[in-house]
Amino acid sequence: MNMQVAERSSAPMSAQHRSGQDGPGQQNREQQRGQPVTRNDDAHHELSIRVRDLNLWYGQSQALKGIDIDVFQKNVTALIGPSGCGKSTFLRCLNRMNDLIPNVRIEGLVEMDGRDVNAVKMDEVALRRRVGMVFQKPNPFPKSIYENVAYAPRMHDLVGRKSDQDELVERALRDAGLWEEVKDKLHQPGTSLSGGQQQRLCIARAIAVQPDVILMDEPTSALDPISTATIEDLMDKLKQQFTIITVTHNMQQAARVADYTAFFHLGEIIEYNDTKTMFSNPHTKKTEDYITGRYG
Amino acid sequence: MSQSFDDISAQLKRRHRKSARLKWISMGALGLAGLFLVLFFADMLVKGLPAFKQAQIQVQVDYSEQASQLPLAAVNEDVRSLVSRGYLRLIPGRMEDNPDLLGTTRLEWVLADGQVDQYLKGHHSKLKASEQAVVDRLVEQGRAELRFNTTFFTRGDSKMPELTGIASAAMGTLLTLLVTLAVAFPIGVMTAVYLEEFAPDNRFTQAIEININNLAAIPSILFGLLGLAIFINFFGVPRSSPLVGGLTLALMTLPVIIIATRTALRSVPESIRHAAFGVGCSRWQVVRDHVLPLALPGIMTGSIIGLAQAMGETAPLIIVGMVAFIPDVTTSFTEAATVLPAQIFTWAGEPDRAFIEKTSGGILVLLTVLITLNATAVVLRKKFERRW
Amino acid sequence: MQTNQILAMFGGALLLLGLIAFFLGRAKASRVRAGGTAMQAQPDQYAWFAVLSTAGPALVLSAVGGFTLLLLGAEIPTLYLLVGSLLVACLGLAVGVLMVRPDFHARQAIERVIRFVLAGAALISIFTTLGILVSIIGEALRFFQMQNFWDFITGTTWNPGASFLEAAGRAEEGASAAQFGSVPLFAGTFMITAVAMLVAIPIGLLAAIYMAEFAPTRVRTVAKPVLEVLAGIPTVVYGFFAAITVAPIIVSVAGFFGLEASFNNALAPGIVMGIMIIPFISSLSDDVITSVPDSMRQGSLALGMTKGETIRDVVIPAALPGIISASLLAVSRALGETMIVVMAAGMRPNLTANPLEDMTTVTVRIVAALTGDQEFASAETLSAFALGLVLFVVTLSLNLVSVIMIRRFREKYRVNNL
Repeated sequence: MNMQVAERSSAPMSAQHRSGQDGPGQQNREQQRGQPVTRNDDAHHELSIRVRDLNLWYGQSQALKGIDIDVFQKNVTALIGPSGCGKSTFLRCLNRMNDLIPNVRIEGLVEMDGRDVNAVKMDEVALRRRVGMVFQKPNPFPKSIYENVAYAPRMHDLVGRKSDQDELVERALRDAGLWEEVKDKLHQPGTSLSGGQQQRLCIARAIAVQPDVILMDEPTSALDPISTATIEDLMDKLKQQFTIITVTHNMQQAARVADYTAFFHLGEIIEYNDTKTMFSNPHTKKTEDYITGRYG
Repeated sequence: MSQSFDDISAQLKRRHRKSARLKWISMGALGLAGLFLVLFFADMLVKGLPAFKQAQIQVQVDYSEQASQLPLAAVNEDVRSLVSRGYLRLIPGRMEDNPDLLGTTRLEWVLADGQVDQYLKGHHSKLKASEQAVVDRLVEQGRAELRFNTTFFTRGDSKMPELTGIASAAMGTLLTLLVTLAVAFPIGVMTAVYLEEFAPDNRFTQAIEININNLAAIPSILFGLLGLAIFINFFGVPRSSPLVGGLTLALMTLPVIIIATRTALRSVPESIRHAAFGVGCSRWQVVRDHVLPLALPGIMTGSIIGLAQAMGETAPLIIVGMVAFIPDVTTSFTEAATVLPAQIFTWAGEPDRAFIEKTSGGILVLLTVLITLNATAVVLRKKFERRW
Repeated sequence: MQTNQILAMFGGALLLLGLIAFFLGRAKASRVRAGGTAMQAQPDQYAWFAVLSTAGPALVLSAVGGFTLLLLGAEIPTLYLLVGSLLVACLGLAVGVLMVRPDFHARQAIERVIRFVLAGAALISIFTTLGILVSIIGEALRFFQMQNFWDFITGTTWNPGASFLEAAGRAEEGASAAQFGSVPLFAGTFMITAVAMLVAIPIGLLAAIYMAEFAPTRVRTVAKPVLEVLAGIPTVVYGFFAAITVAPIIVSVAGFFGLEASFNNALAPGIVMGIMIIPFISSLSDDVITSVPDSMRQGSLALGMTKGETIRDVVIPAALPGIISASLLAVSRALGETMIVVMAAGMRPNLTANPLEDMTTVTVRIVAALTGDQEFASAETLSAFALGLVLFVVTLSLNLVSVIMIRRFREKYRVNNL
């Protein structure tokens, strides 16, 4: 299980240690870096993204401090924590959306498929092609529903003929659970849908380019409870095909959908753990205080 | 399983090139616009700067009895054709003003003829070969040179290029803009205050708003038609006068001032109004004592920009007749006058080549004033800009 | 007596009465208040009310009197008018001072008047539009009484030369009858506008894209005001530039390719007009592009689109209503532009598709018709108003469509600064 980690444990050692309480010994601390404290036996454990000693500054202020985390494929990994703790910032490091913000400085390793994501040679457009993203507020393009989904695959040369394209759009919309609702109005503008439908359209748009990873930045925070439940179900289904990393400040949501959960606080990962253990038997005092609602 | 990074990167090459191309093309477009600006100013400077220099020659002026009757006799025959005739015509007048001059002969620097001026500046001139030789000799002797052209700033229009100046046009512009400001500023600010602070949000108010936006986009020449039909033909305001020009421009400037004032009023935060209402001010008191003072810098900026626009406007003024030939500086609001842009237009139509230089010189003066006005507006805005 | 003297007397007397009213009103109010009675308003407010009641009715009366005198030519001796107005002022003063009573809301009365005056000022803009409409339509109707409307719209010959003879009642003596077919004028106008748009829209839009999407902040803060300078240059200056500098260049360039170009070709004013309009398009488009929500760009970039694709396929389509609206405004501006074409385009009505030939425009003919020595009532002079009417209708429709488009954009993205 730990093979991949062991092979690639050449990352710098300067990171501060996670404050795991059942203190692993000095010798296997290196092995333990970035690993969840306890395993979720139902989950997959092939490595998807490996992060080591990731630091990020907005100008002078440091927003991420020595993040270590291994994200596994075909799981839902939830990032929780009080607002301003850096979880969204971290998420945006994974597909380099932070490049768009001026005055951001990033140090450390984000590794995917054996490649350093932040390397000069890495094409951020190619990265984003494999690491899709769904945003807090639904942001469909000012195009028809059909075009919203078909646009990116066509640009990426994923489809040749028109019939392939139709098929792909239908599949993506079906996977996003939207097909039945929109199949008769594919050529209406994407903005004509309700908020929850728009968000599922954005998910369909993201999965249509067949990425490996889908990042979700509080995908349900702008939605009503029913739409939220629909999207949670959807995440559960989508993890068959995709690695999903979601940011949420709703702990119930994390408990419901995630296989693994990481707790962020003031730019650090305080605890990364199997979701069940995290919520039933947290390993640090801070996590416990947070999930029992003492702050946040 | 999806493609590897390398596969995707390879596919992306073409798309990245396209993206970069858009960047370069759009940058080129901006550069092209900048290049136009540079070329334009360079062209105007090259053509217009010589207008600020004027040829003068040193000749013996003989203030004889004969010269007071026949001014041509005042200078020696060999240089007679080189001296500005307009200058010679002034000699009898000067002798009357200053009787001591009679009978004296003085060596004086006098204004040269326009053709000499063009010759000295290296342009094509109509001087005969013999005259050119005389001028060359004078230059060698240091008796002919280009000096700063004071005439250009102190005299009005003339048919002789060496005697033309922008003074009457500048005065006309000043008078016209005074009328414009006196009419447009109070009405504009009052309209804006009414719309922003008093008006109920009903059909009537919306109609006024749409109307103001439309006025701002109506071609300026139509305002000229309005001025001609209403002010001149209906109300009988004297044609060509700064009054009618100013009124016409005022109607044009009105929407600019209204829109700027409304923006300024809107940028005063609601909390200030609430605070003032809270201490028992009436609506008018709130506006007068709290909102207007805070909005004043914005209002001033907008008004200056509006005035600068009015100052460069020509078409409506041509329609109301402000392209008159005005040799003397007048300070009346009701007599015929001309304005700087109209003067430029008149000169541009003169066939004599020397007027191209005068036209460009006038343009340089106009642009300097306009840029100063706009820069003042920018500085005002920067200085008083407040973030709430 | 001179009008000036009468005005001065009236003004002086009114000022004096106003001062009296102010001090009387304040003195009375202070006295009442000193007597211990609670009053509805401050003494100063009573004083101002007295001033208003003195000056207001007198001013209205004199203004109405002056207008009837001027417009209807009614025979009211100005001296009577003066005395009458001053009497009204005195009456107003008496009323104003009498109204200084504890139960009178002087402040509310003042505010009502202020409100009324402000609303009156707002009406002036409406009157301006009405004035334009009435003056243009009125004179245009006179023109159409002389000339057939249909010939004006569809005729292809514009030859007003002989119209002054007709006006003088000597039509027979003219060599040929005047013709007012406006098609060549509109053809020239549209040709020059088209050239201007071919210059302004691509350059303006691309410059806006660069400034909004690519340029570093430093470039942007410099480039925007520098471009605005282009818009601040007076049109008469552009006209001179087009006629003296650009037209000869075009003639020699055309000559180089073996083409013959007129010095009054349509290309020179068109290109220069386009340069003038660049900042107009770029600044509006820049505003629109920057107000396209960032979430659109992020959504596209997160799908693995390049920046160029994001701009082309997401940002520009989203900003399209605003860009079209800017372009329509620019077209309307080019159609109504006068000085550039007066100075650089030709005077000869010429129906051609060759931009190297000279052609004339609507605005050129308006200026030509109104600066000649024609009788005002001649068909040629009045034709200016007919042309003006068409210009007004076309530009007004363009502006309205543009306003509607920008409103749609604003509602779509809830942008409030456009």
